[in-house]
Parts: sequence; structure tokens; C-alpha cells
Amino acid sequence: MNLLKISLANLKEKKLNSFLSAMLLTLGIGMISLLLLLNKQLDEQFRRNIKGIDMVVGAKGSPLQLILSSIYQIDAPTGNVPLSEVNSLKRNPFIKNVIPLSMGDNYHGFRIVGTTTKYVDHFQAKIAEGSMFSQPMEVVLGSKAAKNSALKIGDTFASSHGLDSDGDAHNDKKYKVVGIFEPTGSVVDQLVLTNLESVWEIHEHAEAPAAGVKENDPAHEEDMAEPHHEDEKQVTSALIQFRNPMGLITIPRQINENTSMQAALPSIEINRLFSLLGVGIDTLRVLALVIIVIAGVSVFISLYSSLKERKYEMALMLSMGATRTKLFLMLLMEGLLLAVTGYLAGIILSRAGLWLFGRAAEQDFHYSIREFNVLPEEIYLLAGALILGLLAAALPSLGIYRLNISRTLAEE
Amino acid sequence: MITSKNLHFSYSSQKQFSFPDISCNDKEALLILGQSGRGKTTFLHLLALLLQPDSGNIHIAGKELSGLSSTERTNIRAKNLGIIYQRAHFVSALSVLDNILLSSYLAGNKQDKEKAGYLAEQLGFAEHLHKKTTQLSQGEQQRVSIARALMNNPNVILADEPTSNLDDNNCQKVIDLLKKQSFSIGASLVVVTHDQRLKDEFPNQVFL
Repeated sequence: MNLLKISLANLKEKKLNSFLSAMLLTLGIGMISLLLLLNKQLDEQFRRNIKGIDMVVGAKGSPLQLILSSIYQIDAPTGNVPLSEVNSLKRNPFIKNVIPLSMGDNYHGFRIVGTTTKYVDHFQAKIAEGSMFSQPMEVVLGSKAAKNSALKIGDTFASSHGLDSDGDAHNDKKYKVVGIFEPTGSVVDQLVLTNLESVWEIHEHAEAPAAGVKENDPAHEEDMAEPHHEDEKQVTSALIQFRNPMGLITIPRQINENTSMQAALPSIEINRLFSLLGVGIDTLRVLALVIIVIAGVSVFISLYSSLKERKYEMALMLSMGATRTKLFLMLLMEGLLLAVTGYLAGIILSRAGLWLFGRAAEQDFHYSIREFNVLPEEIYLLAGALILGLLAAALPSLGIYRLNISRTLAEE
Repeated sequence: MITSKNLHFSYSSQKQFSFPDISCNDKEALLILGQSGRGKTTFLHLLALLLQPDSGNIHIAGKELSGLSSTERTNIRAKNLGIIYQRAHFVSALSVLDNILLSSYLAGNKQDKEKAGYLAEQLGFAEHLHKKTTQLSQGEQQRVSIARALMNNPNVILADEPTSNLDDNNCQKVIDLLKKQSFSIGASLVVVTHDQRLKDEFPNQVFL
């Protein structure tokens, strides 16, 4: 027999009240914690892939779309631009690196990206098995693409047109797997990399687009809009690194005004994206805080009403030798136990939510989210929950110091 | 052993009580009879140190008990007094056994489960030890509160209308057990009641 045991017994006695209080707290804490986790992981994923890329050029259109498709490989490309125009950027003294990208095909949903070895170097992807692509139609698989497609070195496969796995297949030309990358934690993991020539070769003998292909599917634009000429090679976009930050000031405007391409700055577009998402996140956060406050009120009400019922019990325990402080602590403990239970359940709930979200994200975008560590912010959340539990329990429990033992015992 | 002298208490200037002197030795029993409104419960609360008298003094186990702080009174009450109330009240969330052990815990004594079991055996509710108190009948509840009062081997047992809610059969049982148990631990038993059924049970009587 001790105070903790009595507190627990009291909570168990009022199962529904305790459950309601703990559940509200669980919901509130869970929501906030899930938001923190998602925010952190999305932020990390986005920043990691953006690192070192100062600018992206591609066909005119939505700059955010250009960034999403070229850096993160999650949106459709904006169209194609002539390689010659991209290459002319290399002559600009402010520009250090130009990494051309050419997309449009996939294998089982994993995008096939034609590029140069600079792209591989930029993401510091290392070959785990086999070798780097050197001839047209040779590919190196990202770690996740290799795992999920079950392709091995030496295997050949036909790509499907478009960015969904159900596009029609290019059966006449087959890619050959020559290598597999180590996991990098970046976008490379979910790609199939090859050189630019492969993509050109595949589309050289342009087939007519199959029935059912959407009119404005950017992946088909090259086929439909512009006929192929040997001398006019095209790419989808190019990642640009500047030699110094001065480039940021002049080059994007030059490109936008003087060429058929558009220039988009990843940092600006991603900030814009996050500020758009931010409105939703802020709303959810406020909602979660409201739920937490209601949880506090629920703890308060349930202790307040149970204290009224238990007034005689309190007087009895006081007459049997309990001090008022002891009983006060016992009641505080009830609030704290609810707070801790709600907090732990909330943290578990947020992990479950993250896992579900991560599974969906993996299916749709091939991005994995799998960091379940406790965040530093969640320690503050624990402190907040404890303070809430303490306050909600302390307010009604202060009455214990005003309880008249003799009168309470005589009243019944 | 408990004695009181010249006890006087007032709730207000209209509601004043003066109480007769009492004395009850170890192993003895004393019945205090009085009709409603005569201050029976007030008298018991004074003896139980739950109220402070305006004047007069109380001795328990030979110790003079005036001018003590509330903490000291709480300690003396916990260690020397066993109190049985008119209606048996318990901490409803706890089992019968835990309610009995609670008195040892709150008095700072060892929580002796064997003793609780023995008392339950003696008082005839051993099979109910692990039930909630609300599942017991009133007679059983009153017997549990006797066990609770006995747990700390008190010097004095005070009972406030212990039988008024009980039928004749249970009344007889409870009062026999009270007398027998308090005699066996050598305590003084003071019963405050208006229950006329108890008149013939106690040779020592005081009227309010």
C-alpha cells in the first residue's frame, strides 16, 4: 500500500473519465508530435537533395514543377529544351557545373534518368557492385530501385514510356544493368541512371504515341510537339552550380529573358512550397493545442467531480493519520499519471501515423521516411504535458487544504 | 485508557456544549447514551482529537493532550485511537484488504497482511478480503471498519453509533465482536449511541 497504488486504484475506479482525459491528451500530443516528425523529415529530405544545386533550367512553365521534377523526381517535367542552349551556359564565367538531365521513361515506376557522371559525383553515389555506365543503353540502378525491381547485373529490361509503370513498353531496345549504387539517402536511390545517349537512342525512331496517352503529358511532348533532328538534341532540364553567389543575381534573369528556357532557384521554390504547406501545418498545430487544452480541462473536471464524491474519503484518510500534503501529492500523482500515459500513447500514435504516412509516401514517391527517434522538441512536449497534468490536478486538489475533517465526517 | 475533564465546546454562542467527565480504563467498555442533538458526535470528535475543546482536557494512555499542534494530534490519533463511524466509509477504489492495510500505512506502521487476515477471520469476512467494499452488506462493512480500527493496536477504540444502521441480528454480532476484540488487545472501548438496544450490553453508562 502506498500513494502510487491508491492513485492508480482511483484512476481505475473512474475508468471512463481517465480514459477520456488520457485519450484527448494522446490525440493532442500525437498530432503535434506527428507534425514535428513530418516537418523534420520532409525538411531533411528536401534540403538534402537540394544541397549544392543553385539553379535549375528547363522548359518554361511552373518553376516549382521544374524543381520538383528535376531535383526530387516527383512531378512531371515541364518539357524539353535544346541541348545546345544548355551547353551554352557552360561558357558563362559564373557557372561552375552544368548537369543535364533527360527523363521520360521508367522501369516499374522507377524513373530512368539520362545524365552524365557529374550527376553521380554530385550526390556522391558510389558503385556497390559492377561498374559505371559508359556505353549507351547501359544503366546503373539506385539501391532502392535495384532492391524493388529485383534486377541484377547483366539483366536486360525494356523501359516503359512515361513516368507511370503502365506506359507502353519500348520493346525494341533493351537496357542492360551494369552496376548498382550504394544507398545514398538521396534521390539517386530511387532512380535508374544512364547516359544521355541512351535516352536519345530510345526515342530516335519515334513511335507514334500509343492510344490512351494524355495529350499534354509532358513525357510525350518531345514525341508529339517537335520532330527529331539529329542535330537538335534535347534534354529535359539541367542542374546548375555557380562558381560564386554573384551568379544568383544576374543569371536567372538573363536566362528567363533571353532564352527559351526558364531558370528556377530551388531554395526559393522550396521555401515557397513550405510556406504553402505551413498554413495547413499551423492550422493543425493550433487544433492540436486546442485538443491538449481540452484534455487539461477534462483532467480538471474529472478530478474536481471525483474529489467532491471523495470528500468523505479524504477526511477519513486525514483522520487516520494522512497529512494534507500527502493527499495533495496523491491527487497530483493522478494528474501526472494521466499526463504521462497520454504522452506515451501520443508518441506511439505519432510513430504509427508516421509509419503509415511513410508507407504511402514510399508507394507514391519512392521516398522513405523511417526515423522514429525521439525529437528534442518532444522532450519539451513531455514537460508541457507534465505541467498541464500538474496544473489540472493541482487546482481542484488545493481544496484538500481547506477540508474540515470533523464537519465532513459528521455530515454523513 | 481515556479520561476527560470539564470538556466544553461551542460552534457558536447559541450552540454550546458542556460534556460530563468520563473515564474508561484499559479492557473496559463505556456507553455514552444521548438523544439526537445532544452533541454525541461532537463529544466523540473531541475525544478523537478531531475537534479542539474550548476548555477542559483529555488524557489518553496517561498523557495529557492539550496544547498540541495539529500534526501531533494527527499522530496520536493514528497511533492510539481506533475510530468506527456510524456508517462505514472506505476508500472505494481499494479492496477490503487494502482498506484495512491503509490504516497501518497512514499511521506509519508495518503493513501486516497476516494480521489483517487474522482479524478478517475473527470478524467473519475472510472470504471478502479481495472484494471492493461496496460489494459488502452494511453489517459486513461495519465489521471491516472494526478490523481497520484494530489494525494499529490502539489504546482506545471510539465508536460513533456503530449499530444504528444495522438490524437486530447484525447489531448483536457487531457489538459482541467490538467488546471481545477491544478486550483482547487491552483497549478501552467508548461507544457513543442513541441505540437503546445497547443499554443492557454495557455496565458503565453515561447520559448526555
